[in-house]
Amino acid sequence: MILSLIPSTLRKATPLGYAALGGICSERAGVANIALEGMMLMGAFGYTVSAQATESAWIGLGVGIACGFGLAMLLSGATITFQSEQIVTGVAINILALGSIEYLLPTSERVVGLPELKLPIIGHYSILTYTMPMLILMCHIMLYKTAWGLRLRAAGNSTEALKTLSLSRKRWQYFGVGLSGILAGMGGCFLVSDVNLFTKGIIGGRGYVALAAVIFGNWRPINCVLACLLFGFADSLDLIHQWNIPDQLIKSFPYILTMIVLAGLVGKTRPPAALGKSEN
Amino acid sequence: MYLSIYVFPFLTYEYVLNNQPVPSVHTRNQFHTIQQILNVVFPLTAVLVFFLFCGIVLLLRGESPYAFYLTILKSGFSSFDEFASVLFYATPLIFTGLAVALAFKAGLFNIGCEGQLYIAAFTAAWFGIHINLPSIVLIPLCIVAAMLSGAIWGAIPGLLKVKFGAHEVINTIMMNFIALALTNFLVVSVFREPGQMTLQTEAIHKTARFQRLGEVIPFIKESNLLDASFLLAILCVILTHLFLKYSRWGYELRLVGNASEVAAYGGIKPGRVIVWTMALSGAIAGLSGVSDVMGYRHRFLDSFSSGWGFTGIVVALLGRNHPFGVFAASLLFGLLNKVALDIELELGIPRGLFLVGQGLLIIIMVCMEGFVIKRKR
Repeated sequence: MILSLIPSTLRKATPLGYAALGGICSERAGVANIALEGMMLMGAFGYTVSAQATESAWIGLGVGIACGFGLAMLLSGATITFQSEQIVTGVAINILALGSIEYLLPTSERVVGLPELKLPIIGHYSILTYTMPMLILMCHIMLYKTAWGLRLRAAGNSTEALKTLSLSRKRWQYFGVGLSGILAGMGGCFLVSDVNLFTKGIIGGRGYVALAAVIFGNWRPINCVLACLLFGFADSLDLIHQWNIPDQLIKSFPYILTMIVLAGLVGKTRPPAALGKSEN
Repeated sequence: MYLSIYVFPFLTYEYVLNNQPVPSVHTRNQFHTIQQILNVVFPLTAVLVFFLFCGIVLLLRGESPYAFYLTILKSGFSSFDEFASVLFYATPLIFTGLAVALAFKAGLFNIGCEGQLYIAAFTAAWFGIHINLPSIVLIPLCIVAAMLSGAIWGAIPGLLKVKFGAHEVINTIMMNFIALALTNFLVVSVFREPGQMTLQTEAIHKTARFQRLGEVIPFIKESNLLDASFLLAILCVILTHLFLKYSRWGYELRLVGNASEVAAYGGIKPGRVIVWTMALSGAIAGLSGVSDVMGYRHRFLDSFSSGWGFTGIVVALLGRNHPFGVFAASLLFGLLNKVALDIELELGIPRGLFLVGQGLLIIIMVCMEGFVIKRKR
């Protein structure tokens, strides 16, 4: 019975994984990213509208990514260039995203899904689920094995190091937040393509849950995706109807788990040193 | 001469922020006046941009912004009665705005007003349904119980922050989801009104209801929805102001918000202050739910709030976290909430436009703040 939960866990963990990797990119660069939720929502929205118009999932994916990226640029423009309060700006962007959905409310028609790949034994999943492991690896290599990653981490950890190299902190922060918009947008696209339907509450706090996964995973890609699997598992528990548990309790289980995880009851974590600091 | 009045304050401002010796004629009071000027300039600019934005969107849709502005003015100020309706729509926002502002003063960001007001509203409804006493006892009882439950719901994230260092923002959001699920469960499975399709509880006793002001004040029609919870809101604004400015606890709260370490060396326990501030913030946010249950609907309706907790953030920022500023800002958003309905019906403009505008408004506010204040350092 637990085995039957595995496919659902993978499916639920995929969008969280994308958003969490995005969260890592921006938080490692020193920008606290509460706006993951809004970026996912915008990504999902862009996917829906363009996929409905063109009947092509790939164009949908591209537009979804662009939407997430656009919102990320808004966030980075405000927080990096104008040095606004990062958390408040993030919440504002979430409100903005929700508002634009309500304003431009797309029709609730069926949306084309991304192609699924059928493999023996493993089963069939969306193509974005298969690219996930590759993405984790890429993220890990970029962060820890390349000069880019080094600079990105320096932007969030020791601004002095960047200064001594006479590198612009702002540029690397823009880079990090931009990446997070792209990844979170992909997460949003996956959510729509998975159920072939767009609703206003489709993200349902997954952006925040992903952020909790980032903290739980200690800002490391591999650990964070493992945390996402845990949250995905908690999210798929609603498949179990045998136990006489109220529906609402099962639905809020990921949220409760998030709070437990954030309380550090599962282990202490260490955030990037310059996270949330807005000086250059 | 007039020019010097405008230029002069900004010159001192530069001096203060660059940590240079301020010329002896410029006292510290002048720094305060500059801040006070900015406190007015920032919100006004933001509101102006907000209305301009709405106008531009309407132009893009091919509609006349003029009709839109006219509808807003007409719907808000054409008669005393209309204005009373604006006050009715502003009431819940005053509470949530105050709650967010109070937390901001202590350096905390309470996005959990939505959850806190649901829990408090349900508590108020429960007491109102199950206890039958004369009004003079029952109404305070309901209010206190609701505030207590809101306070508990607010204190949990505060406690988690102090004990485990968990950021209150994510926790309050999670508590929102949990509160929604919890009240939904209670309404659906336990306290649902029999034989009703809508997810709501039974009506509360007549003695637990707030007086409609229209029945007392001659200027307002009897059908007007404005009720006594508005008076409660005014009381709250004044009390919060006195509390922040003149009480010892208010001083501790502001000190923790401005300089947590100084507070600690001064013998204040920042952890304790954080917990009770979150509790107080939750209690005030809870009153927002009380005003809905006891003043308007007289029952608990599942997911009744139209994002008051989130509008509270905008209201607090726009009011510069000052109780009187919050009051003024919630009047504006009360008007917008009232107008949103009219505009959706008459001009066919979706409510989302205002929500987008609100998000934009916050971003502009914090950007101006960051750009003017932080950059100069």
